[in-house]
Amino acid sequence: MGRDLEKYLRPEVKSTPFCPGCGHGILMNLILRAIDDLQLRMDEMLFVSGIGCAAWIPSPNFNADTLHTLHGRAVAFATGAKMFNPKLKTMVISGDGDLASIGGNHLIHAARRNIDLTVICANNMIYGMTGGQAASTSPLGALTSTTTEGNIYRPFDLCKLVIGAGASYVARYSVTQPVSLIEAIKKSLTIEGFAFVEVLSTCPTQFGRRNRYDSPTDMLTMLKESCISKQEAEKLSPEEMQGKVITGEFSYGGT
Amino acid sequence: MRKVLTGNVAVAYGAMLSDVQVVAAYPITPQTTIIEELATMQADGLVDMDYIRVESEHSAMAACIGASMGGARAFTATCGQGLFLMHEMLHYATGARTPVVLANVNRAAAAPWTIWSDQTDSVSQRETGWIQLYCEGNQEVLDTTIMAFKIAESLRLPAMVVLDAFFLSHTSEPIDIPDREQVRDFLPPFDPGDLWLDPNNPRTFGGITMNDAYMEFRWQIQRDMEKAKAVITEVHEEFARVFGRKYHQVEAYQAEDADVVIVVSGTVASTSRDAIDLLREKGQQVGMVKLKTLRPFPREEIIETLKGKKKVAIIDRNFSPGATGIWAQEIRNALYELPEGDRPLIYGYIAGLGGRDISVKVIESIYQKTLKDNRPDDVDMWIGVNYV
Ligand SMILES: Cc1ncc(C[n+]2csc(CCOP(=O)(O)OP(=O)(O)O)c2C)c(N)n1
Ligand code: SF4
Ligand SMILES: [Mg+2]
Repeated sequence: MGRDLEKYLRPEVKSTPFCPGCGHGILMNLILRAIDDLQLRMDEMLFVSGIGCAAWIPSPNFNADTLHTLHGRAVAFATGAKMFNPKLKTMVISGDGDLASIGGNHLIHAARRNIDLTVICANNMIYGMTGGQAASTSPLGALTSTTTEGNIYRPFDLCKLVIGAGASYVARYSVTQPVSLIEAIKKSLTIEGFAFVEVLSTCPTQFGRRNRYDSPTDMLTMLKESCISKQEAEKLSPEEMQGKVITGEFSYGGT
Repeated sequence: MRKVLTGNVAVAYGAMLSDVQVVAAYPITPQTTIIEELATMQADGLVDMDYIRVESEHSAMAACIGASMGGARAFTATCGQGLFLMHEMLHYATGARTPVVLANVNRAAAAPWTIWSDQTDSVSQRETGWIQLYCEGNQEVLDTTIMAFKIAESLRLPAMVVLDAFFLSHTSEPIDIPDREQVRDFLPPFDPGDLWLDPNNPRTFGGITMNDAYMEFRWQIQRDMEKAKAVITEVHEEFARVFGRKYHQVEAYQAEDADVVIVVSGTVASTSRDAIDLLREKGQQVGMVKLKTLRPFPREEIIETLKGKKKVAIIDRNFSPGATGIWAQEIRNALYELPEGDRPLIYGYIAGLGGRDISVKVIESIYQKTLKDNRPDDVDMWIGVNYV
């Protein structure tokens, strides 16, 4: 992370808890870049996270109010805090397992209410922290510690889910698309209403190791190769779309 | 066959040998290796079961109840926050009379977050109507998992196998793996009688009751919990006949002639045995009682064992804010009916919360304090706390 961003970090926190090569470290940097670009004041912000590796992105690192809650419940806690103090820019940062598996109900209901929250979901397709079990975001066939023969269920399309529930702003980018991702995070912080950014992140330790991405770079390369834009996707046949993920903005301005 | 297994893998062996038919589970440290091991056993064809990777512990227990109502032998495992999230379903499992078995790895409660051991999670489920069986070592964990199915199914009450986080869950010990065919003889397939979701005999379950019937349902649970004491003893005895290992709801060690009796549960029992051996070598009249069952509480046996003792020191690795440790509450409650002359003085100690070590030294200091003080200085005494 650039030295210029150190002012956003709690001085007594010396290092992040992430494994070497973890995508969440990149995301941590990009969130602070967006905050820096917008010149937001940390004393007007609240960061809420659930439980999981991704939940350690803001907490205790960011030098602001950081609320580390229960597994799955970050959005519900954030709703309460935001309702009572609407002036707070409230940002939820958590993992796919946290926000979309155990916490999926809170996520869709907050989107339905279109409450003014920013939710950043670091999707590494697995429960990283607990040792790599299949989540509701794990791809078909993924090898995990609870699907040693390959996952048999389809993953959620989180963006479609949240759009369906009524969110105002919905975007998906990967940590390998830093410029677009910073822009999306900035929009998610400025738009009124429920804003959701799905960030494709990497877990080399739990996902990579089991699925033959032998190094953190291999995982990043995989993301780079699989992420395509809507325009690119339109030119591809269903067969060519296999293994591809569409990134971009899917909903802007709400309904 | 003998193997070196962690407590968690021992649970998985217990469930596998019991021919469990449905497992629904959600990962949580330090339980996760139980359900990972079961997933591997299924993939290796060692057990013919359905494995549901649910999205939360609440769903895990709901799915187990559903499967059990369909006549299946259902199992899950969790700990700490996961057990708290299941709470609503735990009550339901009892009311629906589904003999689900759950392994709970004792983990302390958030906030603040911790993954280390104490009994707050399981003792907080005391009133849910689950049989609770605490374990001291990994052999006991494996054996208790098998016995839990037999106890639960014969009473149509759910049962929880409880083991300490890390001290058992992640510590390896050499243990005997019971022979599969012998286990099948000991634990025949679950027979739900005529109380199950039988498509050929459609019935409605989970309906509403009025105040003329609800109490009777509750009373039946209580009646069967009381019966459970005898059932557990019978199952322990049958297990001992077949497999040669005997377990007790209340186990006394060197307590016969003891002036001070220390009462413990879980892994603290092993440490206490060592402490008592050392103290006995120094000529101290000290003994120990290990409790295996919190529910049903073995009231009669406890009264029998502690009657006439001078001092009883209870070590609780849990506590109820505003009251005392849970085992101390239970024992005080049971012993009150003794005539005053037979009623021991109760010294309640709170120790080892959030995984803090309860070492031989700690147990020795508890003994020394109990011996020295003519009366306890408080209703419970916290060991090793830096008061700030
Ligand atoms: C009620 C409850 N169940 C389970 C857990 C255990 N748990 C902690 S983190 C986690 C998974 C986190 O996955 P995700 O949100 O995807 O974050 P990642 O670690 O992958 O970044 C789980 C299952 C818990 N803390 N509380
Ligand atoms: S386990 Fe995975 S998600 Fe967690 S810090 Fe390591 S690489 Fe990142
Ligand atoms: Mg994840």
